[in-house]
Amino acid sequence: MSELKMTGWRRENGRVGVRNHVVILPLDDLSNAACEAVANNIKGTMAIPHAYGRLQFGEDLEVHFRTLIGTGSNPNVAAVIVIGIEPSWTGRVVDGIRKTGKPVDGFWIEQHGDINTIAAASRKAKELVQWASELPREPVAVEDLWISTKCGESDTTTGLASCPTVGNMYDKWIPRGIYGIFGETSEITGAEHLARKRAISPEIEDKWYKMWKAYQDDVIEAHKTDDLSDSQPTKGNILGGLTTIEEKAMGNLEKIGHNCKFIDALQPAEAPARGPGLYYMDTSSAAAECVTLMAAAGYVIHTFPTGQGNVIGNSVVPVIKITGNPRTVRTMPEHVDLDVSGILRREMTIDQAGDALIANIVRTANGRLTAAEALGHREFSMTKLYRSA
Amino acid sequence: MSIPQLLVHSPHDNVGVVVVEDLKAGTDMLCVITENNSTFSLTVLDDVPIGHKVALVDLSIGDTAIKYGEDIGKIVANVAKGHHVHTQNLKTKRW
Repeated sequence: MSELKMTGWRRENGRVGVRNHVVILPLDDLSNAACEAVANNIKGTMAIPHAYGRLQFGEDLEVHFRTLIGTGSNPNVAAVIVIGIEPSWTGRVVDGIRKTGKPVDGFWIEQHGDINTIAAASRKAKELVQWASELPREPVAVEDLWISTKCGESDTTTGLASCPTVGNMYDKWIPRGIYGIFGETSEITGAEHLARKRAISPEIEDKWYKMWKAYQDDVIEAHKTDDLSDSQPTKGNILGGLTTIEEKAMGNLEKIGHNCKFIDALQPAEAPARGPGLYYMDTSSAAAECVTLMAAAGYVIHTFPTGQGNVIGNSVVPVIKITGNPRTVRTMPEHVDLDVSGILRREMTIDQAGDALIANIVRTANGRLTAAEALGHREFSMTKLYRSA
Repeated sequence: MSIPQLLVHSPHDNVGVVVVEDLKAGTDMLCVITENNSTFSLTVLDDVPIGHKVALVDLSIGDTAIKYGEDIGKIVANVAKGHHVHTQNLKTKRW
């Protein structure tokens, strides 16, 4: 099958990336300006500014470190510069990324100031980007791919067309040995009786159910001020015809196909460790937060079904946008990578749509820019579990 | 097959989804049940936007709306066959 010829970068730890980014990664919000200055100085590098990293503690701090270390460790990243306000936590991120074997260096601002830090980090960034620019692509296989999914601005067409398209891809490619992942804990509500049946074993079912229940009890019940009808479904979902969370959850779950079982339930940004297969991750249903966590777990391509037209991208992972809504195809075509509206007209089967998605994934792996990449969407949102100290 | 105006996931469902733009009240819709490819016709009695639901039978307060063959919420205002089903007459049983 010539369409399946793929190339990518095999990294020092054996993982395969489909992009070759050199990332300038801030430890904390204070270091965004220095990182952006370095990325401005050295062409071909990318700063990933974010909002947090100060006075976090406990599991919230662990999620922060997992997200930063995981993002730097992602195989789509060739090399990393970390900049923080002080050396200790900066070093923790550098050491975490260094375990992959890729080049990484850290700089801190205290006792140096922004200007000297930017100068030193820029010299190193230039060296790394020139090195990375000579790394060759090499042939890679389907089983080298880690492909995540999460949908956004869903409507009733996502459950009919774009989510089953992703599900069909997983039904075809999980048996081939890829890693898959889905999440969105709040958005399983209403379909939890079906989701739990998709666990590989009673042990994983129990682990998953406790995760889902903890979210209901500790987050929703603790903080809700109404029945969430104004937030989940979102206003966009409701405009698109979705009425209840149960209806939304049923469509959401179409993304994992009909045959795959999930083999573990992961913490936010936790890397999968049970081999190839489908995983669940405890994530928010907010698109940027969820995709950021999945990228930090090591996934290299994201498949994103949308109904009303979510425009999200990600800093290090290409996000493939799939829609079955003909109005969205008509009104915002620049955001659509794959049009499966033929399913609604009964001109295209789910099986054909799954094959079309596979072909699009292969082209994306081989370097085709997604709509989100071409439009400059680089959303990177840290998950915050509670207030900082 | 002609292009359908309404798709229904399961033969057990009591609501279906409009899949064309600018659907006008009074249209005799071609409806397809995707699970088994069977067809039926139904006259829509409201202007219903693409993606929004239509009642396949008369639904009364307290009834359960069924889609994908599953419970998607409770009917909170009576809605007759052929009319628009959305936030004005359907509500979550959760939260």
